[in-house]
Amino acid sequence: MQTLDLATMPLREVNAQLQGQAPDTNQTHWVIENPRGGHAIAAGLTTPIEVTVKGSTGYYCAGMNEGATVHVEGSAGPGVAENMMSGTVVIDGDASQYAGATGHGGLLVVKGNASSRCGISMKGIDIVVHGNVGHMSAFMAQSGALVVLGDAGDALGDSLYEAKLFVRGAVKSLGADCEEKEMRPEHIALLTDLLARAGADAKPEEFRRYGSARKLYHFNVDHAGDY
Amino acid sequence: MDRTPRTLPRYSATFSPEAQSEIRRAAATGIYDIRGGGAKRRVPHFDDLLFLGASISRYPLEGYREKCATNVTLGTRFAKKPVELEIPITIAGMSFGSLSGPAKEALGRGATMAGTSTTTGDGGMTEEERGHSEKLVYQYLPSRYGMNPRDLRRADAIEVVVGQGAKPGGGGMLLGQKITERVAGMRNLPEGIDQRSACRHPDWTGPDDLEIKILELREITGWEKPIYIKVGGARPYYDTALAAKAGADVIVLDGMQGGTAATQDVFIEHVGLPTLACIRPAVQALQDLGLHREVQLVVSGGIRTGADVAKALALGADAVSIGTAALIALGDNDPKWEAEYQQLGTTAGAYDDWHEGRDPAGITTQDPDLMARLDPIEAGRRLRNYLSVLTLEAQTIARACGKSHVHNLEPEDLCALTMEAAAMAKVPLAGTDWWPGKPGF
Repeated sequence: MQTLDLATMPLREVNAQLQGQAPDTNQTHWVIENPRGGHAIAAGLTTPIEVTVKGSTGYYCAGMNEGATVHVEGSAGPGVAENMMSGTVVIDGDASQYAGATGHGGLLVVKGNASSRCGISMKGIDIVVHGNVGHMSAFMAQSGALVVLGDAGDALGDSLYEAKLFVRGAVKSLGADCEEKEMRPEHIALLTDLLARAGADAKPEEFRRYGSARKLYHFNVDHAGDY
Repeated sequence: MDRTPRTLPRYSATFSPEAQSEIRRAAATGIYDIRGGGAKRRVPHFDDLLFLGASISRYPLEGYREKCATNVTLGTRFAKKPVELEIPITIAGMSFGSLSGPAKEALGRGATMAGTSTTTGDGGMTEEERGHSEKLVYQYLPSRYGMNPRDLRRADAIEVVVGQGAKPGGGGMLLGQKITERVAGMRNLPEGIDQRSACRHPDWTGPDDLEIKILELREITGWEKPIYIKVGGARPYYDTALAAKAGADVIVLDGMQGGTAATQDVFIEHVGLPTLACIRPAVQALQDLGLHREVQLVVSGGIRTGADVAKALALGADAVSIGTAALIALGDNDPKWEAEYQQLGTTAGAYDDWHEGRDPAGITTQDPDLMARLDPIEAGRRLRNYLSVLTLEAQTIARACGKSHVHNLEPEDLCALTMEAAAMAKVPLAGTDWWPGKPGF
């Protein structure tokens, strides 16, 4: 296990070490000490290494991750795992705004709550939030799944495309063109898999599914008030 | 026969035939007019400026014999690998999706032959564009369609798009008829649906956040790539200052004549500033911060000639960018397609329904038959020729003003033909030493 200490090393050096690992590196487990809310920690990783961050992070932790597993033993600031392509990011605490924004793949797990716009414009990423999510979550979400074990705030799934939303608790309100949908066997199977991978203790049958009503897919002046 | 003299039929200047036709169209459809391109209204522009040329007090350079350099380096502030261009004219961001694959290839070919860069757009980076562009700027847009770190790393620069001159504050929509399987796949969306592009970035708001976003992009790309910030002409002094404060290497400033693939006509014509009005405030902001020339300024929106290039540089820009003019050089609105333009209810030179995907010139379309009309090799050559002419014209003017580099042109070389242009460019009204707002008058 390799240790990188942000109290003594500049961010550039820490990230360069992690980004420089070859795909077949035998240095597969790294620890980052003293993150102290720093930004862009473990951003741009490209190999399947494991990185444990010993504390809370600022903006864009694990941004654009490709293949790495990043575990934050604390909370994460805005845009954690934004535009992730693949890999896994786990946040032990809470996540601020835009968690998993525009992510194309991989799994983001937030064990606490996630703030507003969780999963905004997500493009294939799967996100599991053990707690609640804030308003406008999954705004313009294109594909992937957002699973919320707690409650969802206002305007869930506003202007939704093909992403699948699963909420166990209450939904304060649905956004434009988002509606509740039938939970079919394939959705139960998907949810079962995601809950297991996210270490979440919940039964798929307790969730309700939301998706796009697809009424805004083609601009129609009669729907102008819905936008 | 009644021979009583009659006045000629008189059109209202306010309710002109054009205004009346728009009222009828709106009444019939109930929806605003969508079109491509930039502002078509007359606004103060580079045509309202003149160069003074050399005289007894200024020493000209010999045309064709004495050197007048045109090279420019963009991204000298923080990037490890700045973009070095042979000419101060770049190709502006235009999306694959809005434009056909052959059109994007032609832009790359022409720009590369001319020694300059081209730019991706909303929708991601295509292989034909990367493959044919020696220098390629990768746009980072609110939609993040097609955005991925591999393409970020194989770009030569990254342009964070905050806004564009045709619609500062607006997003976009690519209509379903242009969403082919390939376009849809690149954007992770179903084929054939109207695709909206957000007007704000999904994971940052304001200049303090932007500074952190730039940090992230630099960390992901090893601090190699210049980071451009593109803004529409709205509040150029403050936008430039804030972008520089956020850490931009290059600021791209797009005036209201700059084109778009599609947006509301009312937006294009009534929001934003003319390009001419943007340059001096932006330059002033950089000068006030001690960053003029350290942070490069690229100006776009209505550049057509080498004179326009020279005037933008004289006002303090480091380079210009062209979009609409580049498309015209490729073959857009060519009179040879007049019969087909007529069938579309328009005429060559006025066609702007780029969003409908029925472009007779095969440029703003995804229709395979129409796309096949554009030979990317031949079109690339036309663009190269056009860029060469712009450069030669700018050099001609610079030499006449006694400058050994086009960057040595300065406001003192200019005068204005109108009060408005004098006020915007802060150069004297022709024949005077005064402009509106000049201190001390």
